[in-house]
Amino acid sequence: MNFPILSSLILLPTIGALFIFFVRSSSEKYQASKYLSLFISIANFILSIYLWYIFDKNSVEFQFVENREWLLGFVDYKVGIDGISILFIILTTFITPICIISVNATIKKRLKDFLIAILLMETFMIGVFCSLDLIVFYLFFEAGLIPMFLIIGIWGGERRVYSAFKFFLYTLLGSVLMLIAIISIYWITGTTDVEKLYEIGIDSNYQNLLWLAFFSSFAVKTPMWPVHTWLPDAHVEAPTAGSVLLAAILLKMAGYGFIRFSLGLFPLASDYFVPLIYFLSLVAIIYTSLVALMQEDMKKLIAYSSVAHMGFVTLGIFTMTQQGIEGSIFQMISHGLVSAALFLCVGVVYERHHTRIINKYGGLVQIMPKYAIVFMVFTLGAIGLPGTSGFVGEFLILMGTFKKSFLVATIASLGVILGAAYMLWLYKRIIFGEIINNEIKSMIDLKKFEILILFSLVIPIIFFGFYPEPLINSIEVSVGNLLDIYNTNIQTNLAYKN
Amino acid sequence: MEYLILFLPLFASIISGFFGKLIGDKISQILTSLFVSISAILSLVIFYKVVNEGYVNNLIIATWINSGSLNANWSINVDALSSVMLVVVTMISSLVHIYSIGYMSHDSHKPRFMSYLSLFTFAMLTLVTSDNFIQLFFGWEGVGLCSYFLIGFWFKKQSANAAAIKAFLVNRVGDFGFALGIFLIFYIFGTVNYNEVFQKIPEILDKELVFIGININAVDLICLLLFLGAMGKSAQIFLHTWLPDAMEGPTPVSALIHAATMVTAGVFLVVRCSPIYEYSELALSIITIVGMATAFFAASVALVQTDIKKIIAYSTCSQLGYMFFAAGVGAYNVAMFHLFTHAFFKALLFLGSGSVIHSFNDEQDINQMGGVWKKLPYTYALMIIGTLALTGFPFLSGFYSKDAIIEFAFLRGNNLGLYASSIGVFTALLTSIYSWRLIFKTFHGSYNNSKIKIDTVHESPMVMLVPLIILALGAIFAGILFKDLFIGQETSYEFWSSSIKFLAPLSKDHPPIWFMFLTPVLVIISIPLAFYLFIKNKKIVHSIVNSNKPLYLFLKNKWYFDELYDYIFVKPSKKIGYFFWKKIDVSIIDKFGPDGISELIKYFSLKAVKFQSGYIYQYAFVMLIGFSILLTLLLLK
Repeated sequence: MNFPILSSLILLPTIGALFIFFVRSSSEKYQASKYLSLFISIANFILSIYLWYIFDKNSVEFQFVENREWLLGFVDYKVGIDGISILFIILTTFITPICIISVNATIKKRLKDFLIAILLMETFMIGVFCSLDLIVFYLFFEAGLIPMFLIIGIWGGERRVYSAFKFFLYTLLGSVLMLIAIISIYWITGTTDVEKLYEIGIDSNYQNLLWLAFFSSFAVKTPMWPVHTWLPDAHVEAPTAGSVLLAAILLKMAGYGFIRFSLGLFPLASDYFVPLIYFLSLVAIIYTSLVALMQEDMKKLIAYSSVAHMGFVTLGIFTMTQQGIEGSIFQMISHGLVSAALFLCVGVVYERHHTRIINKYGGLVQIMPKYAIVFMVFTLGAIGLPGTSGFVGEFLILMGTFKKSFLVATIASLGVILGAAYMLWLYKRIIFGEIINNEIKSMIDLKKFEILILFSLVIPIIFFGFYPEPLINSIEVSVGNLLDIYNTNIQTNLAYKN
Repeated sequence: MEYLILFLPLFASIISGFFGKLIGDKISQILTSLFVSISAILSLVIFYKVVNEGYVNNLIIATWINSGSLNANWSINVDALSSVMLVVVTMISSLVHIYSIGYMSHDSHKPRFMSYLSLFTFAMLTLVTSDNFIQLFFGWEGVGLCSYFLIGFWFKKQSANAAAIKAFLVNRVGDFGFALGIFLIFYIFGTVNYNEVFQKIPEILDKELVFIGININAVDLICLLLFLGAMGKSAQIFLHTWLPDAMEGPTPVSALIHAATMVTAGVFLVVRCSPIYEYSELALSIITIVGMATAFFAASVALVQTDIKKIIAYSTCSQLGYMFFAAGVGAYNVAMFHLFTHAFFKALLFLGSGSVIHSFNDEQDINQMGGVWKKLPYTYALMIIGTLALTGFPFLSGFYSKDAIIEFAFLRGNNLGLYASSIGVFTALLTSIYSWRLIFKTFHGSYNNSKIKIDTVHESPMVMLVPLIILALGAIFAGILFKDLFIGQETSYEFWSSSIKFLAPLSKDHPPIWFMFLTPVLVIISIPLAFYLFIKNKKIVHSIVNSNKPLYLFLKNKWYFDELYDYIFVKPSKKIGYFFWKKIDVSIIDKFGPDGISELIKYFSLKAVKFQSGYIYQYAFVMLIGFSILLTLLLLK
């Protein structure tokens, strides 16, 4: 194993971006740059699938590890994957081409720059999911902010500058604390290598503070209540492809971080802060579901529903049970697909009718029957109906939660009722009923490329609903290993105290 | 064979749903009806094998969810209970499919409708053939989804959409309890497979739990949570509000989903879990109470409704109440028997009323009908059979099952059983009155419709009448033919041994003779009574209504449940949601969070800007002050 497959995955999109940068921007070359970026991103997707194929699901070790000296031996460039990261990498490489195809309809100006931003984004996101060094992780994690900031700020709606800055400030403030924590870890242990840190562990006296520092960054990105208010604004202003990337992948970086770092590096602190996480997650689930119920803007509604869904994710991770964590990972993948699809659906009607206000629609099923069908599938996925991927994640999370606390699981289950309420109500108001607004009548049903991208999302949502085995199988060993480390830590600490 | 039964409806649904335009209306109608009919015939074969050979089978199709110690399969489990359900579901479904060819002849979305019907059949079959709680939940939500689609089938109608969402949400409330029940089962038993759970029951009988601050026995809690799900699906009191509204859907849907199959899933659940319920005295008592309350409540409301379908819907609600209190007194087999006979006569009544509505060009108000029995002779005769069977007229199917329920409740011996049986008798009387009221007001008296001329009222086509005739045969003979198998004293235990657990055998005594005659006599007397009240001398009814206006309005408005729920749940949720959004998110978090901080920074930087005035004397002055402060500090040290 000498071929640096992970680095190729990370760098391929950047190379593509460089190519596009040097393409001259005459109008026909525009098309060329689009096809080039599409080609690159699909190649990357195939490469990641191949990676999944050769990946050994039964090993607890990190695989395809590359370790290169970097920054004078102070920090190594170290990447590697386990069963958890591979799924997120595939999610990223799968969503990116979809974003690029969707650009067709939505981006009218500076297409070339937009494609570069998306490809760079892909590089950074894949980088986040395979870093095995805290500094490298931090760099990728923060670098991802920049293209997103530009995507919202340049191609966004009317209040794009306000939203872009809100997004940037929120996430940066959280991350500064994480950087401080990473530096402290280096001073305490002498390394930032994640594998080594798993082995030696971090002194229990420091864990709580460090955990809080990481938490502040991840909580903003997740986003958890009460630092969630940037998300609806960012979504509303972002162009469709930006919203898709944001909801499908950017939010998942935080969930991934919770699993990889909070749980892995600070098991004692994680245990200590469980009540806090439970509380914030429950508030996120109930509170934002109620807020979503009252939204008048489609994108805002879906954005708030994302907060609620991520509430389930954080809840599941901190149950520290096999079902809970596997459910959370599953939920993240599923939400990645479903929310991406929902934002694309909003994009479809926005591009035709130029408004996202729910009341301006109604009766779409009569003129856009195909649209009504796919939108229904995604709505059901968001509701978590059995037979869609949404169900498996939510159900496993609640099952895991129930083991730890009846009360928490009961309250969280109430969120499932509210989820059905706001999604079905949204669907009814847009799709069903009589056509009141005459302008709608001229809207046309899905075009070919829209059918292509939306159906490529329908398939995994239903397939993994009926047969989640491939995903669960892939994370089973890694999650088990993580839990073993966690439990040994808790027990040795108990023994030490006694 | 089991695979065919299960998957034929699914294939039918997929073909008709996706290729409906391609193959045309006719072919998709025939294809779906044919596939479901084959499935019905095969189900009969299975049922025959189960009855005669004691056939049981548990097929595992594939792994579904496998996480840690949680393992749930896709499975087909055949035993006595599921074979009965198979027959009921596929039989009624195939008849409804055929009937729909005629009923939906003027609709422009025929393939879509047939596709939903077949999909529903598939979901219902996965529900009844599951061998674990999670697949059960899949079927459970699946039928709910199809019900949602079908209630809202006429998507232009606002009321239909509202009813569809209401049905889904009220069911979700029940499912919330159901899901918690499954979590608890997994927590306690470490498995979700029926057999493994049922085997481990005796080990955990004394286990106590703390749930939301209350100490409760684990078995009791499981039973109650599961029952909450059953209440939602089977429209029991408090969670019944969706069923009458669900009548917004096309009538064949009401017959299939909201009378014969889906709504009985709750009863099925309780019977399926009889090995758990047998150990929970508390849960059984609550089921009895809820069942009899529903039976009475729904019958009382049905007395004053004027929409032909809503009357039958409340009647369904009431009959489901009967089934529950049968299960509550431990007579699970009797509950199943009533479920079985009820499927025939209630589907018959619904489809018959559909035939009436069809003849009247979609009129549903019974005050707008009357005097047409000669015009609709077949429909009239078939509706009479359905009504006789429903009210428990001697020797028709309802007579055997409903009287058995009342008798077993009576024989239970405790106070609760006595209450249940007396409410049962009284409700049987009410049932008879409202059913005959419906018949008389629809078919007898004077013709009351000013919009449609009586000459245009026409009998339905054969494609609608044939299924009705088959159902009528079932309504007449299902009771007498199957009573030994289902509730016979010797034979039934053997038949049910693979699926129902009786901790103690049911009482073999007979109630006193006067009691056995009480219900049939009341039922027979009520026919001339109803004729007199609603046809001959309407003044009496009017004067009763006028002198008891508050009571009448109370019943007419369905005990004000909808208004109450709107007031307690719907409006506050919206208000709270709005409050969280506008007051907390926007006014507090954003104002003091990002916006506040950026304002603050702006403020201070504006101040800081003022320092850089560019005048040397100002800089010198500041330096001087700074210098002197430093100096002072140093000196003081």
